[in-house]
Amino acid sequence: MLMTERDRLAKEIKALADRLGHNRTSLVPMLQEVKRKYHRLDSYAMQVIADEVGIHPVEVHSVASFYAFLGDHQQGKFVIRLCRTISCDMRDKDRVARQLENDLNITFGQTTPDGKFTLEWANCMGMCDQGPALLVNNHVFTKVTPEQVHEILEECRSAFGQHAMERKEVHLA
Amino acid sequence: MNSIPTFSSMTPEAGLKKAMELSRPDIIAEISASNLKGRGGAGFPTGVKWNFAASAHADRKYIVCNADEGEPGTFKDRVILQEYADLVFEGMTIAAKAVGAKEGILFLRGEYTYLRPHLEAVLQRRREAKLLGPEVLGAVFPFDIRIFMGAGAYICGEETALIECIEGFRGEPRNRPPFPVNTGFLGRPSVVNNVETLAWAACILQRGADWFKSHGTEKSTGIKIFSVSGDCEKPGIYEFPLGISVLELLKKVGGEHARAVQIGGASGLCVPASEFHRAIAFEDIPTGGSVIVFGPQRDMLEVLHNFLEFFVDESCGQCTPCRLGNRKLLEGVEMLQAGTCSMTYLRELCALGESMQLASKCGLGQSSPSAFLSVVKHFRDELMGRVTLPTHG
Repeated sequence: MLMTERDRLAKEIKALADRLGHNRTSLVPMLQEVKRKYHRLDSYAMQVIADEVGIHPVEVHSVASFYAFLGDHQQGKFVIRLCRTISCDMRDKDRVARQLENDLNITFGQTTPDGKFTLEWANCMGMCDQGPALLVNNHVFTKVTPEQVHEILEECRSAFGQHAMERKEVHLA
Repeated sequence: MNSIPTFSSMTPEAGLKKAMELSRPDIIAEISASNLKGRGGAGFPTGVKWNFAASAHADRKYIVCNADEGEPGTFKDRVILQEYADLVFEGMTIAAKAVGAKEGILFLRGEYTYLRPHLEAVLQRRREAKLLGPEVLGAVFPFDIRIFMGAGAYICGEETALIECIEGFRGEPRNRPPFPVNTGFLGRPSVVNNVETLAWAACILQRGADWFKSHGTEKSTGIKIFSVSGDCEKPGIYEFPLGISVLELLKKVGGEHARAVQIGGASGLCVPASEFHRAIAFEDIPTGGSVIVFGPQRDMLEVLHNFLEFFVDESCGQCTPCRLGNRKLLEGVEMLQAGTCSMTYLRELCALGESMQLASKCGLGQSSPSAFLSVVKHFRDELMGRVTLPTHG
């Protein structure tokens, strides 16, 4: 990482800590915010967060690695999480999964080389009556069919990036 | 939007206004008289919980709404928060008045981030209407609610793990006792209630304990919201009085041809067709509201495989029975699928499941073997001696 990028990251984390509070109860919200913006939590970010909160960086890593939505791995701009739990499973989530892998040319747990898409499994996301369901960042898609996969990916591609996506309401019937 | 008729029929804020006229012990007495039990699944009496927190001495107390709905097949809290958020916040405010709390926290699971803008808007509207803030309804009663986002961990639905998460730690359950009502968030007395429980508390204050008790059974009073999914004609949200038989419920949702029903989610019980006469109530089959219907074509081993993969992934790893036990059960299911499991080993797996129920630290490990044990009990004849076809999988 370039020094300027590091400085900017450190400055942002400090501002975040000023807003949320320099204490342990701000830890998870801080990690969420950094992950949302940078799509990863690297060791430098965790060190700065640890300094702001006043704990050892290993503590930060211990917390980050516990939660499925945090973690230190690099993610794409669009994180696609397909629900694999029973009700979605019984509604043919495997076909949707296969088509996602085909259209993105990656397998679950991977990120596309252009850094746009990450494919992950999710455990029950509370859309059991409308499965198969998937989340693209914070947006939920229900009753997804294998044909719709292409459409969903195109919608992401046509958006300018994560921030454009976040303002857009996408909910296929 | 009108998914839950009883909630829709409530007069907005009538329960809160009633609570403001009552003394703190009177509010708790009303909730206790209704015999409302926790709607998240554990079924702890809400009145007792509130009373513990109310009688604890502390400089600060907290009301935490558990919206970390993660049990497979459960989605009622999502619908309640989408359509009846005011009722939930009203319930939290009543709880705050009853126990003497000034701060409320809604713990919303990360998967429901898309609900947050709506919920923040509702909270803001309530602040403007003086239903939250330094003087709730003009009384000397400050109370406000903030939203805390979960980060993708099923275990945080367990109340002490949830508190660990808000405090900035790994979501690993604590030993209980001490219970959160004595030593909760930041060591202060904290009431952790499910979304639906708080909504019912508001209804009870409005309509009275007798109204609530007129539904359900003697031990399981009131109405329950069910999330129905799987092989049925009409999956979705339903409200039924507790004590309803499995068959009655299946008829209502168009699933009477089911071979089995999973009640209480992955950590609940698998009920075979021969036991559809049993009642869904705390005294028979307890539930947090999840009903998953399995049609005649379903292979129960595939169902078990899905459940155990879920638990292997979601176990926090803190205690050995849960961390390793779920893994061994999953391997056992894979052996059954491959047709390589002896009866002796299956018995050992069942004994392991029973040990997990006794020895696990929290509800996750204590309840995760339930599905395995009930499927082995009821479907044993179709589990053994499987012949795998070379073309399959």
